[in-house]
Amino acid sequence: MTLACIEVSVAVGGKTLLPPASARFLPGRVAAILGPNGAGKSTLLSLLSGQRAPTRGRVLLDERPLSAHGPAALALRRAVMPQESAVAFDFNAVDIVALGRYPHRRAPSADEDAIVPAAMALTDVTALAPRVLNTLSGGEKARVHLARALAQLWSPRPDGAVRWLLLDEPTAALDLAHQHAAMQLLRTRAAEGVGVVAVLHDLNLARRYADDVLVLDGAGGVHQGPAAEVLQPALIERVWRMPCQPVTSADGTAQFLFG
Amino acid sequence: MTTRWSARTVLGTGAALLALMLVVAASSGAYAISGAQLIGVVRDIWQGTEQPSPEHLVFVNIRLPRLILGLVAGAGLGMAGTLMQGLFRNPLADPGLIGISSGAALAAGVTIVLGASFFPHLPRSLGSWTLVATAFGGGFAVTLLIYSLSQSEGGTRMALMLLAGIAINALAGAGLGFLSVMASDEQLRSLQFWLLGSLGGARWSAVLLVGGVVLVALAAGMTLARPLNAIALGEAQAAMLGVDVERIKRRAIWVTAFAVGAVTATTGIIGFVGLIAPHWVRLIAGPDHRIVLPASALLGAVLVLAADTVARTAMAPTELPLGVLTAAIGVPMFLLMLRHFRGRL
Repeated sequence: MTLACIEVSVAVGGKTLLPPASARFLPGRVAAILGPNGAGKSTLLSLLSGQRAPTRGRVLLDERPLSAHGPAALALRRAVMPQESAVAFDFNAVDIVALGRYPHRRAPSADEDAIVPAAMALTDVTALAPRVLNTLSGGEKARVHLARALAQLWSPRPDGAVRWLLLDEPTAALDLAHQHAAMQLLRTRAAEGVGVVAVLHDLNLARRYADDVLVLDGAGGVHQGPAAEVLQPALIERVWRMPCQPVTSADGTAQFLFG
Repeated sequence: MTTRWSARTVLGTGAALLALMLVVAASSGAYAISGAQLIGVVRDIWQGTEQPSPEHLVFVNIRLPRLILGLVAGAGLGMAGTLMQGLFRNPLADPGLIGISSGAALAAGVTIVLGASFFPHLPRSLGSWTLVATAFGGGFAVTLLIYSLSQSEGGTRMALMLLAGIAINALAGAGLGFLSVMASDEQLRSLQFWLLGSLGGARWSAVLLVGGVVLVALAAGMTLARPLNAIALGEAQAAMLGVDVERIKRRAIWVTAFAVGAVTATTGIIGFVGLIAPHWVRLIAGPDHRIVLPASALLGAVLVLAADTVARTAMAPTELPLGVLTAAIGVPMFLLMLRHFRGRL
């Protein structure tokens, strides 16, 4: 019932995109992949999604190689929100969200027609439904793609298989309120048993909303564990080379001030 | 905000236009057939009674095969254009991009110019099918070449295919230029005529063959509609939705090659239809391939039939080249549409 990678690395044309890394992700939890630019965060996420095959090492879903699951079967239980996605032609926002239901076309859900509107309501894009996606702002597009990923994983699998939601910088283009709303949404999904893995840049969002973090330090080191344990000022200062001052917010969550 | 016609309205309008165009095309020509005569002829055919009237003979032997060839040619080109634009995720793509037309043209050029001197027995042994067969074979061979040039790391790279297609098309153009220098005046005329397309060669045997191929291609093309919608998100994202992207690419390419190859081999090169018809439909109906594929087939058929009707009648008895008219009629109407819908682009 886990998504794991064992000593995976990626090299393209002699250039290392991801130094050897091992990690294990659990259902029902929100995991954040963190690290400086170029550390291999998105590469690691693309290995977990099956979009890319590792040069070395193995990716295992439920103890079986990811590639053994088959693209169609995987699409029923794993959704990916891309970092940026240029869409060809003038598809409306609602068309794009509806594509999330493509894998389920042969076995539609009992509430099939309600899923797309419900997913759009969750990411606050209902009003954008008839707009052409390519005319939306970056943050609006991101929320449409998030709704698509949510629609893809809408209902629990009849066979009880764990659903996995993988997101590449889901909050990067969002305004403050939508950032927190999106992270809350991921927490709700995790509470329903979905395994959530998100590449994030904002350490404070990660500290507040992630159960676990995985820090790629950019020098070949991997630090994985509960967010509260791994995200310590010493590690942050070493990895990001920024002075870091821990503070406690009004609700008791540890946060960081930088500079 | 966009208001788009519903699928039913688009397809209904397309079908009505096509029906109207068929009637107009059936009645006009060197031998005009009036509406009443047309009804009489159709009733005779329906009831199986043979009438030796001139309008009956003209309709069955000349007009009808030509109408059907125009219909299937336009439908095949319109659908193939949609497949290529969807696959390349590029509104500038047209069926010619994968080399089917340039290959067919080069092979036709070789057959017309060099056929008689190098293979004196070939034309006679194959009869009138020689040009059709060599053009189809040439188009297919060039598509195969471009397809293999675009293979990389176990997949078809569309950017490579685009560049290889442009390069090979240029090479075929050079070959044609060379052939036109070698050609006699008479050969040059028939080559020119072939390169601009014509439905004049419509014979029942050819029409039924092309019609069968295009019908199968249309059915196969329709199964690609939803995967192509997903591919609009990009190949990587489509794969995440469970689309077997490599299989869809192969199918779209070979469906296009068969449909356009069969059409082009019979009619010569009919330009602009494959490029314009899908755009036209998208402006009205939006980009959903489940609508754009069949509607582009309908609109392609309407365009080719309209162009052919003008080609037959405008300067009768001289027949104008079809490719000139598809451009002359299609492009201005398309530009008007662009003006009307420019806010949407």
